[in-house]
Amino acid sequence: MSTATDGYYIPHEAKWPIVGSIGLFVTFMGLGSWLNGSGVGEITFYAGLAIMVFMLFGWFATVIKESQSGAYNGQVDTSFRMCMSWFIFSEVMFFGAFFGALFYARQFSGPWLGGEGAGGADVTNAVLWSGYNYVWPTDGPANVGGGFQPMGWFGLPLINTLLLLTSGFTCTVAHHAIKDGDQKKMVRWLGATVALGFIFVACQAFEYYEAYAHLGLKMSSGIYGSTFFMLTGFHGFHVCMGAVMLFVVMLRGMKGHFTAENHFAFEAAAWYWHFVDVVWLGLFVFVYLF
Amino acid sequence: MSQVDTSHDAHHGDHDHHGPAPGLMRWITTTNHKDIGTLYLWFSLIMFFIGGGMALIIRAELWAPGIQIVDPMFFNSMTTMHALVMIFGVVMPAFVGLANWMIPMMLGAPDMALPRLNNWSFWIMPFAFTILLSTLFMDSGGPAGGWTMYPPLVLQMGDSFAFVVFAIHFMGISSVMGSINIVATIFNMRAPGMTLMQMPMFVWTWLITAFLLIATIPVFAGAVTMLLTDRFFETSFFSAAGGGDPVMYQHIFWFFGHPEVYILILPAFGIISHIIPTFSRKPLFGYDSMVYATASIAFLSFIVWAHHMFTTGMPLAAELFFMFSTMMISVPTGVKVFNWVSTMWRGSMTFETPMLFAIGFVVMFTIGGLSGLMLAITPADIQYHDTYFVVAHFHYVLVPGAIYSLMAACYFWIPKWTGNMYDEKLGKMHFWISTIFVNVLFFPMHFVGLAGMPRRIPDYSLQFADWNMIATIGAFGFGFSQLMFVYIIFKCIKGGEKATGEVWEGARGLEWTVASPAPYHTFEESPTITPNTVTR
Repeated sequence: MSTATDGYYIPHEAKWPIVGSIGLFVTFMGLGSWLNGSGVGEITFYAGLAIMVFMLFGWFATVIKESQSGAYNGQVDTSFRMCMSWFIFSEVMFFGAFFGALFYARQFSGPWLGGEGAGGADVTNAVLWSGYNYVWPTDGPANVGGGFQPMGWFGLPLINTLLLLTSGFTCTVAHHAIKDGDQKKMVRWLGATVALGFIFVACQAFEYYEAYAHLGLKMSSGIYGSTFFMLTGFHGFHVCMGAVMLFVVMLRGMKGHFTAENHFAFEAAAWYWHFVDVVWLGLFVFVYLF
Repeated sequence: MSQVDTSHDAHHGDHDHHGPAPGLMRWITTTNHKDIGTLYLWFSLIMFFIGGGMALIIRAELWAPGIQIVDPMFFNSMTTMHALVMIFGVVMPAFVGLANWMIPMMLGAPDMALPRLNNWSFWIMPFAFTILLSTLFMDSGGPAGGWTMYPPLVLQMGDSFAFVVFAIHFMGISSVMGSINIVATIFNMRAPGMTLMQMPMFVWTWLITAFLLIATIPVFAGAVTMLLTDRFFETSFFSAAGGGDPVMYQHIFWFFGHPEVYILILPAFGIISHIIPTFSRKPLFGYDSMVYATASIAFLSFIVWAHHMFTTGMPLAAELFFMFSTMMISVPTGVKVFNWVSTMWRGSMTFETPMLFAIGFVVMFTIGGLSGLMLAITPADIQYHDTYFVVAHFHYVLVPGAIYSLMAACYFWIPKWTGNMYDEKLGKMHFWISTIFVNVLFFPMHFVGLAGMPRRIPDYSLQFADWNMIATIGAFGFGFSQLMFVYIIFKCIKGGEKATGEVWEGARGLEWTVASPAPYHTFEESPTITPNTVTR
């Protein structure tokens, strides 16, 4: 390693990035073949994921070791903070695409298919989809997926909202604990946060089971099923990632890695967790409530 | 190894002059911004010839009416792949390469903010393009529905569909990581004392470009993910029968796609804003207005996307809104063009190769900009839509626009990279031959386009034959003259007149204060910047 004279840490000879590239390459090639029905695709996909996990372990271990040795100064810390914030912004935009699809379908394409609006929508409706009246939720004029009942907001979704909001609270308590230098308290409250996160995912899985088994609500249930499963599915995936991040931070807390001044790993994971939380609120309002 | 080795430190003091690792591992494991910049630039040069080869296949087929060389499906996959390779494999990586090489030196920084991430951003590219190009060798052939991948056509593609989607995800990861790194470098790594308004224009334009990338690439990733689920998991995002809408894909795609075209041109504006002042021996005219114009273009780029979709039957209010917002872009772009011209006004100008390419850029990019203004007029666009006029328009802004800026940048900075001057005589020849052929290639496309020749079709009506033949002559002339560029680069790397640190008489900025060739590590000790330091 070496640092510039003013102390900015500049690593040398990084071996993990190429491992990551190979891992992603194998993952994508495997998934592509799997989707096309090739037998080796599935195995290749899991092999790729294994390489990715190996890479993430190795890369993070290196960074943690460097951090513990005190190689990073305040300026490096600022770089990390900026990167994490911009990464979260990119995730916001990613969800934005799916929310955009939801709003577009509800505000524009649905009413047009139902014959509302100027520019000949009524003719399109009469000629192509005669008799179709647009009401959200819909599985479209062709009743794609064969009819369904929408997921109500009361019950599991409301419980899930409370679970995530509570986890936001426990996460903040953990943050205050580490700011006071109380690492044991931090670990306890983080444990609660991670547990709430996984209970959320379990509830979500049960909700999917309910949807498929009792409501007839499937990914193939027209635009409602598409947006419902795409938004909640990607959100659930992000909850899992956030919970894993917090879990790693918790393990590091048990090893005593953090101080009142130096705990950016905690903050990065917490930022991510709050981001996931806010996305859920958007989901709750626009997917479930209205 | 990127492990902490404190004993190593003890031997060498608090900073060592770590040279590159030996052999191939140097390039695979490097964290040095100059090495990574070099890798990006070579990658993009190789892809330039691959994408160029595809263009020549297209032009060879269009040499005469009728089907003569390739079958129509392969022709369509050539137009699709040519676009994907040139956009994502040539212009974007080349600009990232220049950003890697130049931004730390322009800011007086020791390296990029996150060197390991920087390595990963590059080393994704060869793998991503292996996936993309491999689709050409699959039984079903490569993607053939156009680079915009509109459903429902794209969903009818064969087995290569999933691989194209994943190649896009893969490249997107690289772009987002690279952009985050650039933003962090610009905000956090400036030499102490350097204010934002002291930054060179190339840095400013890249800052704004990086923001555009972070904001739009994830949207593109979302759009192709929805295509993937529509194809494999029975969703109905883009199917009217299920309540979705194929046009919705176009909205989401162009929300990414329009900022993307500014991603391809804003760094070019930055480069030109360095070269014209240097060879006019005057500071850039209207620096502040350049910064604000760049920011305005970036903002406007988010509210003009549907001008690509005037013929889809949008409501009238939307057509009018997107027409006027598109026309507004010509205001900040005009500010830029007038500033470049004003910089040259009464300058003591000389016309070395970079300056020739820069002036060529200003003239020919403006031609492309004006045809863009024509296309912005909704009622007129209904006539022009999907004709060769559109092809002429975006090739004028991308080839004598973005590509010329890259050529200019290479000639401008190669003495700093190699320590040798390139062959000026050959460079000038390269410019003039390219400029003649590029106009022979693209100018006739305006005529056939206005006369109604559709794009992306291997055959055409007899009346378009003459101009197509001329365009094909231009294409082969332009394509083969780029071999000169490769020769000039190799010659310059091998030797040549030694360059001074300043290189150009009118050079301004920190990158010219270091030796030529630039040492492996520059600015390990931060330079001191005062309000009077010339940094731009």
